[in-house]
Amino acid sequence: MKSLNELFAVRDEARKKMTVRDGGGDVIRVVVGMATCGIAAGARPVFSALSDEISARGLANVDVAQTGCIGMCQYEPILEVLENGKEKVTYVQVTADKVAKIVEQHLIGGKPVAEYTVGGVVDSVADSVFSVNNTDFYKKQRRATLRNCGVINPESIEEYIAADGFGALAKCLLELDPNEVIGIIKDSGLRGRGGAGFPTGLKWSFTAQNYADQKYVVCNADEGDPGAFMDRSVLEGDPYCVVEAMTICGYATGATEGYVYVRAEYPIAVARLQKAIDKCLELGLLGKNIFGSGFDFNLQIRLGAGAFVCGEETALMTSIEGNRGEPRPRPPYPAVKGLFGKPTTENNVETFANIPQIIWRGAEWFASMGTEKSKGTKVFALGGKINNTGLVEIPMGVTLREVVEDIGGGIPNGKKFKAAQTGGPSGGCIPASYFDIPMDYDNLVGIGAMMGSGGLIVMDEETCMVDIAKFFLDFTVDESCGKCTPCRIGTKRLYGLLEKITEGNGTLDDLDKLEELCRYIKDNSLCGLGQTAPNPVLSTLSRFRDEYEAHVIDKKCPAGVCKSLLSYEIIADKCKGCTACARVCPVDAISGTVKAPHFVHKDKCIKCGACMTRCKFDAIIKK
Amino acid sequence: MKKKISTLPFKGTPEQAEQLMAVIAGVSSGGHADKSMLMHVMQQAQSIYGYLPYEVQVMIAQGMDVPLEKVYGVATFYSQFALAPKGEYNVSVCLGTACYVKGSQNVLDKICENLGVEPGECTEDGRFSVEACRCIGACGLAPVMMINEDVYGKLVEGDVDGILQKYKI
Repeated sequence: MKSLNELFAVRDEARKKMTVRDGGGDVIRVVVGMATCGIAAGARPVFSALSDEISARGLANVDVAQTGCIGMCQYEPILEVLENGKEKVTYVQVTADKVAKIVEQHLIGGKPVAEYTVGGVVDSVADSVFSVNNTDFYKKQRRATLRNCGVINPESIEEYIAADGFGALAKCLLELDPNEVIGIIKDSGLRGRGGAGFPTGLKWSFTAQNYADQKYVVCNADEGDPGAFMDRSVLEGDPYCVVEAMTICGYATGATEGYVYVRAEYPIAVARLQKAIDKCLELGLLGKNIFGSGFDFNLQIRLGAGAFVCGEETALMTSIEGNRGEPRPRPPYPAVKGLFGKPTTENNVETFANIPQIIWRGAEWFASMGTEKSKGTKVFALGGKINNTGLVEIPMGVTLREVVEDIGGGIPNGKKFKAAQTGGPSGGCIPASYFDIPMDYDNLVGIGAMMGSGGLIVMDEETCMVDIAKFFLDFTVDESCGKCTPCRIGTKRLYGLLEKITEGNGTLDDLDKLEELCRYIKDNSLCGLGQTAPNPVLSTLSRFRDEYEAHVIDKKCPAGVCKSLLSYEIIADKCKGCTACARVCPVDAISGTVKAPHFVHKDKCIKCGACMTRCKFDAIIKK
Repeated sequence: MKKKISTLPFKGTPEQAEQLMAVIAGVSSGGHADKSMLMHVMQQAQSIYGYLPYEVQVMIAQGMDVPLEKVYGVATFYSQFALAPKGEYNVSVCLGTACYVKGSQNVLDKICENLGVEPGECTEDGRFSVEACRCIGACGLAPVMMINEDVYGKLVEGDVDGILQKYKI
């Protein structure tokens, strides 16, 4: 590929192919969501059943393609039918045996199979709604970063080019000088999507200012936050976008080598990205003299091996160099001395995914979305105790209420919302009292939480906040690299205190000790992991102190989670004496005669809860 | 992270050693291995041998001319590197936040009870190993577990015995 015209020719050809079949009418496009969650839910058999059915019937005008994450993870496998000039139809929870009917009635007969569509399957969606675009889940979203995910075939460069792909790169290389590129990124107000929210344009300008014989671009795809999977979705659904963005970054900062550091837990993402890199090399969109501009850029993938600390920028670079992924003190910052000791720009996947569109559509377009200091959109991975789980992209500044109630469809089983956890093990909890605060970088930090990489886990009244703090500390104790003492020993001690409290041995004094230790770890740790590790404790302690006090003073767990503080009891009035509980009890702690109320011997009970699950009469309660 | 180190005798074959040497040769030029590729070589070695016993670590150290302690240091740092062999079926239960909130700890407990092992261990007959893993990114299906490449989602404790039975036959 040597010129803009050549790119446009490929684009126009691909667009034509996607909408009109040579010599025969409009193309009906059928896409199957085949990111990790789709495949896990069984998208592969659906895809092959569909391909078989279509070739068996000789339907020449039907184009079947795989695509990335459509976003409604819970209702996978998802299949969508797109036709020119018609609203798309979304089929959810598709199985291989549903395929024949969809082909017969919809693709041939032109009549959607209503009972298999999103409206037919999902209770909260009206029966007349066939397209996911018309559900509450989608209406408040704005898909900019994820614009191609679930739309194009991630393994087809033609489809990416048809969606204006590589236009931004061509514009940069042929029309703009590096400073102008950085200027556009600065004007857009884009901030790093990995958590801290550092202005991206500024970061690039630091590397650009430094003179060196070699500079690097690094993409952080070591998405280690439990509960966050937007980077995986981008890599699986739109890998070319990341390649294009990194090349642009290389041009702007003067780097000619790039590395993508991906978690080994994401095999599909790695395979698709590798395919994208190979294809770009073949077409001259990577390698020497890209677009005839004289600019060279090469890209390599490096696999992580399961270490959370490698999400920290200096640790990640140490890991690429082949070492234990331990962080280094900053300064010197990576812009001065980064990978292999050379100036390096590091951004995460979601940040990069915004770059091509900012260049292509302009800084003003991007800056028109979001709040004053946080521009653009943010992708959240919505999970936990919520009706609609999945990937959600919203403009910065949307409130938590809108996310939980409108997009998320509320809490299942009529339970009450207690808190939303953002930022994973580095973040904090947003309690119900901040339901209406616009979510952007600064507001979240202001209330003791953080944006983080975008995991948003909803918790209801049955979640114990002390237990959650302990859960995150268990994670950080495990993942602390051990290089600096405050983090290595401090987190272990924090965990010990929390364990003491959840076992019912805590004192009020321990709560003060917790707080003091948290401050110490925050102030003295070497890297971001240690500096933010106490956040889950601090935030739950300040927002849910009553729960901590209930554990310490009353020796009760209000949410009924901490086993040492629970007891099971049988309500005599409700017990029918069916003996089911006594039979299921693994330690014979329940006694009683047939048709008479039973009784739990608390000294024998191991609090496994098997009896409560088994009881058909709701006669067993835990306190 | 504390790792269980295997005491089982090493059973590597010359073919496996040859494969490993080919991997090292692939990252070398002019007789010198690119030391930044150490993790890559170790990942390949693990896929050849299934784990990284002492003998394999020595081969890597000598083949790439890096100190053995560095290989061992990297092997113990990253959770993906195993110093003990895995079972024919490796059951990994996700303990990421979304899964944990939805009760994956109970699922893991139930699996351990069924197989009579602790997380990180392998059954005596070498058929099953159990581990708790980090988020596998299928949070929409929480709680989730994987048995080798098969993913099972939306689990409840009651599902465990039936699913394991399929692999026991």
